[in-house]
Amino acid sequence: MAIDLRTVSITPLRQTFGHLARRMGADKPASRYIEATMDLQPVENYHYRPTWEPQYDIFDTTRTAIKMKDWYALKDPRQYYYGAWTLARGRMQEVAEGDFDLVDELGLAAAYPAEGKAQALKTFLPLRHVAWASNLNKAYVSSYGYGIAISQATCYASMDQLGVAQYVTRLGIAFDDLDALATAKKDWLEGAEWQELRRYVEDLMVEKDWFEVLVAQDFALEGLLYPLIYERYNEKLNAAYSPVFSMLTRFQREWFGETTKWLDAVIKATGADNADNKAKLAEWIKKWRDRAVVALKPVAALAFGAEADAIMAELVQNLNARAAKAGIAL
Amino acid sequence: MDMKVAKKLGLKERYSLMTRDLAWDTTYQPMDKVFPQTTYEGIKIHDWDKWEDPFRLTMDAYWKYQSEKERKLYAILDGFNQNNGHLSVTDARYINVLKLFLGSTPPLELMAARGFSMMGRQMNGAGPRVACQMQAVDEYRHFQTQIHSISNYNKYYNGMDEFAHQQSRMWYLSDGKSFFDDAITAGPFEFMVAIGFAFEYVLTNILFVPFISGAAYNGDMAAMTVGFSAQSDEARHMTLGLECIKFMLEQDPDNLPIVQRWIDKWTWRGTRKLASVGMMMDYMLPKRIMSFKEAWEMYVEENGGALFKDLARYGITIPKCFSQTIEEKEHVSHQSWIGFYMKPQATPFHTWIPTPDEMDWLSEKYPNTFDKYYRPVLEFFDAQEKAGNRFDNKTAPMNCQVCVSTMKFNEPGDPMEMCFRESIYKGEKFHTCSDHCKEIFDNEPEKYSQTFISSHQVLQGNCEPDGTDVNAPDFKPGQNMLDYWKLDKRALGDFNGSEDQKNFAAWREQATKN
Repeated sequence: MAIDLRTVSITPLRQTFGHLARRMGADKPASRYIEATMDLQPVENYHYRPTWEPQYDIFDTTRTAIKMKDWYALKDPRQYYYGAWTLARGRMQEVAEGDFDLVDELGLAAAYPAEGKAQALKTFLPLRHVAWASNLNKAYVSSYGYGIAISQATCYASMDQLGVAQYVTRLGIAFDDLDALATAKKDWLEGAEWQELRRYVEDLMVEKDWFEVLVAQDFALEGLLYPLIYERYNEKLNAAYSPVFSMLTRFQREWFGETTKWLDAVIKATGADNADNKAKLAEWIKKWRDRAVVALKPVAALAFGAEADAIMAELVQNLNARAAKAGIAL
Repeated sequence: MDMKVAKKLGLKERYSLMTRDLAWDTTYQPMDKVFPQTTYEGIKIHDWDKWEDPFRLTMDAYWKYQSEKERKLYAILDGFNQNNGHLSVTDARYINVLKLFLGSTPPLELMAARGFSMMGRQMNGAGPRVACQMQAVDEYRHFQTQIHSISNYNKYYNGMDEFAHQQSRMWYLSDGKSFFDDAITAGPFEFMVAIGFAFEYVLTNILFVPFISGAAYNGDMAAMTVGFSAQSDEARHMTLGLECIKFMLEQDPDNLPIVQRWIDKWTWRGTRKLASVGMMMDYMLPKRIMSFKEAWEMYVEENGGALFKDLARYGITIPKCFSQTIEEKEHVSHQSWIGFYMKPQATPFHTWIPTPDEMDWLSEKYPNTFDKYYRPVLEFFDAQEKAGNRFDNKTAPMNCQVCVSTMKFNEPGDPMEMCFRESIYKGEKFHTCSDHCKEIFDNEPEKYSQTFISSHQVLQGNCEPDGTDVNAPDFKPGQNMLDYWKLDKRALGDFNGSEDQKNFAAWREQATKN
């Protein structure tokens, strides 16, 4: 039986804020994402020029080669404003917590076959530093990107990567205490397998065009790294040993699947704005994809041995397909 | 079974593994190119590892706590909106507080978000970087929850609908805009003193406590819940600001005079910015919490005084402006309200003359100043209004080149004399409202000669609605200000007789009677 609950009904004078009604083309209720995002960043009448970069305004469209008629076309299909984002991550961390507890309770890490464990830790643990670099590079995009649509999504992604770096650290602690973390840091700084990757992320720390940083870090590098390690390598370990690493890196896998939807939508909308953007994106994707392949090959070899090249080739195909689907012909 | 016993990690050690142990000194690119901003202000840092983390929150814990807070907050907002909570506020005049707040605060929280993101990128040390990033994402939370809580009011009342458009155009919002533009265009250490310390530590209580308590006292559960929910974030932000000051002072004795100058500057800039909070407390809240003077004594003189005593061991002295702020606490709220009352055609919120009861409350709270200086002005305006001769100052205001407040504050020691100062820079004359603003100008004239003063810009044809031809022969600057501001005529002028007043009365009737 339906119950007809009644509240006192008052006719509103308007449904939403003026800037949102103009954007939506009608005075209609706006979602919380739209209210929290659209047209909020100042665009005019700045009082002072930055003392640290006086050639620019505080927020300046010329900090990237990308041009947009509307910077809020870079909206997030996940509709993440702070509340939605933190609720989603709250759920993911609850699951991760359960996974870490279970592994601990059942002694799964201690029971992991020694030969598999050593090799897995050698592959996984330096990635905490990669995530840390990703946090920093995303913070750059968030700081100097134009408009709240891109600045908030990359701010959240930057914090996500801090979370990833911390989950990888916990993975190390769960398996092998602190020594493995120290060894992994030494590998990251000196080990031959990691130097091209470290060079890649450090070069991005001085790249000035924020959109290029986004393409290089998020699309090219993470677009290859996450499937390589958090999908393929986990599958290999699952088949050979047990799914413990898969369990303890579930956050990363889910994060990548979800974040890809956002990033591909951003790339698509940027390319769709004008032909120059399309050409620029294609140029950047090719440039950084090729460098990312060089950077990741030794890591892939560490994880897959002789199969590494074939797997990398397949992942590059997949990345190209993502670009094509977003309307960027490489 | 060969099982290694896990070392028990202390909280500090564990947090260090989760943050600064992730960092390394770059070698493929030089560190000073990766972090190019932390030397040019003259602050000397010898060892970033000496940074004491002011709080130790890993992301998993952050998401856990914050998601619980968000779940509760939005449930309350939804309930409040569904149940026409706006009709439960004490009196419709209260809603003007929200108009003032929406225009002035979320846009500044947004600037804090962007500014702390920059700090979270630019600080060399991993410890401060993470703390700044966390504050940045919190500030996204704050401007968004504030907008969400006021969004429903906008559906029923006038004057809130164009806050996003007005944030960079409205004359009276340019003091806050200049404040944050100033901080964000300064170097990273000055930003931390300006926002992290002066704003978030010294002055935040006098901004948030009155607003949140004001909401609670006046039946606004939406704004109250947002405020309470933000408080635990604010506690983290305060410890960050304080830690940053201590860190700079402990790193090198040469940092002291620089930090002291910034503390002096930003405490004063913040004080000027807060004049409108005073007017909200003393004039706009139908049910008052306490007077602005009392709040200033409690939160700034006592708490702030104790804080500076604590910092004395580093050589920090109480900000130069402190004694002037103490003198001004009996004046600024009255001067501000009278200033706004005199501009009925230029704000998206209503003004009114206090009722006789409210005037008596003001006399009691301000025994030294109200009856002597301000009651006569208000009673004169009241008589004029009732005689059909409502005072309306149509001239463009004169503004301070530094704080951008309209010139309305008195000469120290002489409440009957308005205070003006001037400086000459590159042959041009610049006006300031006080000795402290003049000193700020004189220290950095190149910066403050850039200030966007809308009353000047109007005359140069820079404040016109889009599409205006400023070269047309019959063009007269400033004829279309309401369009430039997108200011709804229904939102202007007196509360008495306003659409808000009538609607609120009618709706409350509808909601409470048969």
